[in-house]
Amino acid sequence: MTETSQPNAPKPAAAGGSRAAMKKELPERFKSYKHVWVFIEIERGQVHPVSFELLGEGRKLADKLGAELAGVVLGAPGGVETAVAECFAYGADLAYVIADSILANYRNEPFARGLTNLVDTYKPEILLLGATNLGRDLAGSVATTLLTGLTADCTELDVDADASLAATRPTFGGSLLCTIYTLNYRPQMATVRPRVMAMPERQERPIGRVITHSLGLVEDDIVTKILGFLPDRDATKANLAYADIVVAGGLGLGAVENFQLVKGLARALGGDYGCSRPVVQKGWLPAERQIGQTGKTIRPKLYIAAGISGAIQHRVGVEGADLIVAINTDRNAPIFDFAHIGIVADAVRLLPALTEGVTRRFSPHTRDRLAG
Amino acid sequence: MIDEKFDAIVVGAGMSGNAAAYTLAKRGLKVLQLERGETAGSKNVQGAIMYAAMLEQIIPDFREDAPLERHIVEQRFWMMDDTSHTGMHYRSDDFNTDRPNRYTIIRAAFDKWFSRKVREAGATVLTETTVTELVYDIRGKVIGVKTDRRGGQVHADVVVLAEGVNGLLGTRAGFRQMPKPEMVALAVKEMHFLPQEVIESRFNLKGDEGCVVEAAGTFSRGMTGLAFLYTNKECVSVGLGCLVSDFARTMESPYELLESFKQHPSIRPLIAGSEVKEYAAHLIPEGGFKAIPQLYGDGWVVVGDAAQLNNAVHREGSNLAMTSGRLAAEAIFQVKSRKDPMIADNLKLYKKMLDDSFVVKDLKKYKDMPNLLHTNAQNFFLTYPQLVSKAAKTFVHVDGTPKIDKEKETSRSFIKARSRLGLIGDAVRLAMAWR
Amino acid sequence: MHIVVCIKQVPDSAQIRVHPVTNTIMRQGVPTIINPYDLFAIEEALRLRDAHGGSVTLVSMGPPNAEDTLRKALAFGADRAVLLTDRYFAGSDTLATSFALASAIAKIGATYGAPDIVFTGKQTIDGDTAQVGPGIAKRLGLLQLTYVSRIASVDPEARLIEVERRAEGGIQQLRTQLPCLVTMLEGSNTIRRGTMADALKAARAQVVIWTAAEAGIEELTKCGLRGSPTVVKRVFAPGSRAEKARMIDPGTSARDTADALLDAIFAAQGALEADVAAAQASL
Ligand SMILES: Cc1cc2nc3c(=O)[nH]c(=O)nc-3n(C[C@H](O)[C@H](O)[C@H](O)COP(=O)(O)OP(=O)(O)OC[C@H]3O[C@@H](n4cnc5c(N)ncnc54)[C@H](O)[C@@H]3O)c2cc1C
Ligand SMILES: Cc1cc2nc3c(=O)[nH]c(=O)nc-3n(C[C@H](O)[C@H](O)[C@H](O)COP(=O)(O)OP(=O)(O)OC[C@H]3O[C@@H](n4cnc5c(N)ncnc54)[C@H](O)[C@@H]3O)c2cc1C
Ligand SMILES: Nc1ncnc2c1ncn2[C@@H]1O[C@H](COP(=O)(O)O)[C@@H](O)[C@H]1O
Repeated sequence: MTETSQPNAPKPAAAGGSRAAMKKELPERFKSYKHVWVFIEIERGQVHPVSFELLGEGRKLADKLGAELAGVVLGAPGGVETAVAECFAYGADLAYVIADSILANYRNEPFARGLTNLVDTYKPEILLLGATNLGRDLAGSVATTLLTGLTADCTELDVDADASLAATRPTFGGSLLCTIYTLNYRPQMATVRPRVMAMPERQERPIGRVITHSLGLVEDDIVTKILGFLPDRDATKANLAYADIVVAGGLGLGAVENFQLVKGLARALGGDYGCSRPVVQKGWLPAERQIGQTGKTIRPKLYIAAGISGAIQHRVGVEGADLIVAINTDRNAPIFDFAHIGIVADAVRLLPALTEGVTRRFSPHTRDRLAG
Repeated sequence: MIDEKFDAIVVGAGMSGNAAAYTLAKRGLKVLQLERGETAGSKNVQGAIMYAAMLEQIIPDFREDAPLERHIVEQRFWMMDDTSHTGMHYRSDDFNTDRPNRYTIIRAAFDKWFSRKVREAGATVLTETTVTELVYDIRGKVIGVKTDRRGGQVHADVVVLAEGVNGLLGTRAGFRQMPKPEMVALAVKEMHFLPQEVIESRFNLKGDEGCVVEAAGTFSRGMTGLAFLYTNKECVSVGLGCLVSDFARTMESPYELLESFKQHPSIRPLIAGSEVKEYAAHLIPEGGFKAIPQLYGDGWVVVGDAAQLNNAVHREGSNLAMTSGRLAAEAIFQVKSRKDPMIADNLKLYKKMLDDSFVVKDLKKYKDMPNLLHTNAQNFFLTYPQLVSKAAKTFVHVDGTPKIDKEKETSRSFIKARSRLGLIGDAVRLAMAWR
Repeated sequence: MHIVVCIKQVPDSAQIRVHPVTNTIMRQGVPTIINPYDLFAIEEALRLRDAHGGSVTLVSMGPPNAEDTLRKALAFGADRAVLLTDRYFAGSDTLATSFALASAIAKIGATYGAPDIVFTGKQTIDGDTAQVGPGIAKRLGLLQLTYVSRIASVDPEARLIEVERRAEGGIQQLRTQLPCLVTMLEGSNTIRRGTMADALKAARAQVVIWTAAEAGIEELTKCGLRGSPTVVKRVFAPGSRAEKARMIDPGTSARDTADALLDAIFAAQGALEADVAAAQASL
């Protein structure tokens, strides 16, 4: 999508030239492509929250375009109904549905086929998917079949003056951002990582227009078979991205033992914990704890970063937090450029004091006082 | 073990190793070159100034495709105290020729290019392969090497040790001693990235012209050391080095020294607004002529920094490395052509060729210099720079003091600091060592 | 078995810097490396070859100097390497890249035997899209298994493969038929160190270099900039927040400092107090 095949001659240089300046001349056959679609990701009965975040973003795009917003639901009969209701609750004007037992669990073949067919039949202008494993697996296949452009991991979506989708994403290892257009092809496809966009308000609304479509496949047509599913034992694994309070530690904590202090404070606050990338590289914490561009994006109400310098790749993963608190011994650390509250202190000493402070503050005694 | 046998194995793909491997391969020998770095030059450190004449003797048309940064048209020597510098600048348009004499290079890129040439010349080059020990026959002749790869023993008629200043293999084999702390300098260096136009305007350069600043002074806090600032295309290399023994004695940290050098009012504006990208530390052999170890033996020769072939006074190393590598290769080729065995008696030809070259002649000229500078560090690197600065200041400062009094004051300050005898002594010693 | 592995030479992005004043990329001297995610694909391919026999072919699309990267990868013990390089490929987006690579893999199949498995890494660290793998699969009509954390079994006779695939909340166990395309997840194995013989062989190997024409590509409009539906319009540095952090003065003891910090936190986010109190109560 965005990167050139030639790392030493990256695209921005070329972009200064002819193609960036290229005018949009949409071929006739694409002129009938209208409206904004969001693929609704269902994994074992649950709609992935990223789909709602995308509906929120899709709503804004649709309003700017004066177009409709649709949720696209593929799943097993009986499984799709709640998802359809949720689409409307999160702002969709209509829903496209393929209900087939073959779609009970995700597999590339039937999902790619189903989504491609819907696009060919109903011709959306914009198609958004979550940049999850499922979304990326599906988006890559569908975009290739449709021979259209796909912009991965967008951090910002907008429509410009001539109604084209302007998709912004990090480039060059996150040091820069770039804005990408799909000029002469439709639909314009993009994926967005969970938590990059804000979760919109849910409003109870009646189910609106639902357009159902058939898959046109039988199980025998599908080569890949699901043999089983091994759920993750650690149920908290998925929570980090959606926790309201996150405490994270970086290389500045110096030793693996000190992550007990991070966990301790997170526990006291009722939140979850994470870390910067080098901590994962050192093997101090598992990869799913990494926050940042190549880890998780988080949007907690409170983010406490201890011993994290605040490199751009980390920053992009936490910028959506309501309140960022940084503890760092270096007063010039870049994290103080985007944190809201900062303190120059040794985190190894301050973290236990904070845990203790929280406990003290909310001990039964103090709590009574607060209540009274 | 690898069954295949080579004519020569070259250990190391730095300047000396590449020169040796290239020359051997060009002469038609079957060469295996082993380098522990990820690529040739990936970890190698140099200022770096590269001298064209010595490379021309190896690859005459190197200018066609070698990654050269800038050719040098201006040389500045600075004596510095804490707030000023007194300088001598030499700039000449004569250096703007088709075949400039000196270039700045970035070793990572340059060594990669050199290594490609070596491969194109027909040598087999293995990177990410560390030689762990030498292999001997029953008579004690070196017949190959062991490496850190599985099945990693390989045999050859002769091994060229081009392993750089640390020279672990040579030391372990007892061919040489670990260099003494007063015979090696620890140098640190940073690359300061700046837009090309900025570099050109700050140093008054156009096109590929380059400028070099070399400095001695109070920044080394009385230790034997020099600092440098070299212009590359899009970055400025800034570094300094002092004797390891001095660092050990003073407990100064090289990094802090470099930091304060960079803050010097004469240096800071030259690198202002730059982004530091690379920090490197490396040793430089500075023992000179007296530190040169045994250069050859049964089945082996040693070249470049590993043989301590480095001219600290003129800040030349890579050219001695290239030349020693080339001469070792020539010697090996001659022995091989005569179908003689690669034993000490025959390989001593290498030493003879080296003795006849500028390499040993230059080092011999300055044989007393390392010791002089080392034992008089305080004077040469602290006292004199201060005195010179003061003299220069007195000279240019117009305040109504009669000139005659100013001159007296200046000479008094020199005598007070070093005494008449001391001054004469220093001058004589310096002249003798320079001779 | 014939296994093809797609690997990409990428700039070591940890070493890319943006110039603070000019906002331009400072590319000089940035070393290139094998895309780290692709190492897992290479190792898995070598293991399958060691277990079932056959050969491993590496393929990369990139500038001429990507030959070094391929040679380096050969030293792990792969059997051959093909570099696809041509100015027509410059500026390819993922759609154009997958077209070029799929064409080259078809040619590799015709030259060295049809591949049973095509491997890619999970994603690249420069493109970072994870789209090229699925793109190649679609273009070659291969079944695709993405984010594979383990290959449980391969049966070359029955033409079957069973894998474990990372999905949301757990591991999906899948079985499909060969030939297929697998994108390997990081951490699934550790790349081996080639033996001395492997390294020697790699140092001498001739990397096969194909232009677009040599790879059998006739439709040049599907390559490079022309074959790329996406266009980069603008590259810019992320803006900084208007104001810097409000700095809390450390107290005389860690306890005072902690209290001062907590006061500031709850003053800014009062609503959190109830949540934290609830969490404390449930401890
Ligand atoms: C392509 C790419 C993707 C990346 N993706 C990510 C990503 O997803 N997430 C990520 O985090 N990084 C990512 N990085 C790495 C990122 O560039 C930084 O290297 C990393 O975030 C730095 O981690 P750190 O802040 O923990 O360590 P450092 O930068 O080493 O900072 C440690 C900090 O701790 C402070 N400190 C030291 N001691 C103490 C103490 N006792 N108390 C308090 N403070 C102390 C220091 O002053 C310093 O500021 C990526 C890099 C690249 C190139
Ligand atoms: C800061 C600094 C500035 C300098 N500036 C200049 C300058 O401006 N001009 C100049 O001419 N000289 C300069 N020099 C000196 C110059 O860099 C050296 O003299 C020159 O690099 C010596 O080349 P070499 O081949 O002997 O050693 P090196 O370049 O050090 O190469 C040795 C190679 O051997 C490899 N190796 C070592 N052991 C093994 C092993 N066991 N197995 C496999 N491989 C091994 C190493 O990885 C390395 O690649 C400078 C040096 C420094 C440190
Ligand atoms: N130019 C290329 N040459 C070879 N393989 C590539 C290339 N680009 C991408 N790939 C493969 O596709 C995978 C995903 O890349 P990406 O879609 O860029 O994240 C990589 O891990 C590689 O295996």
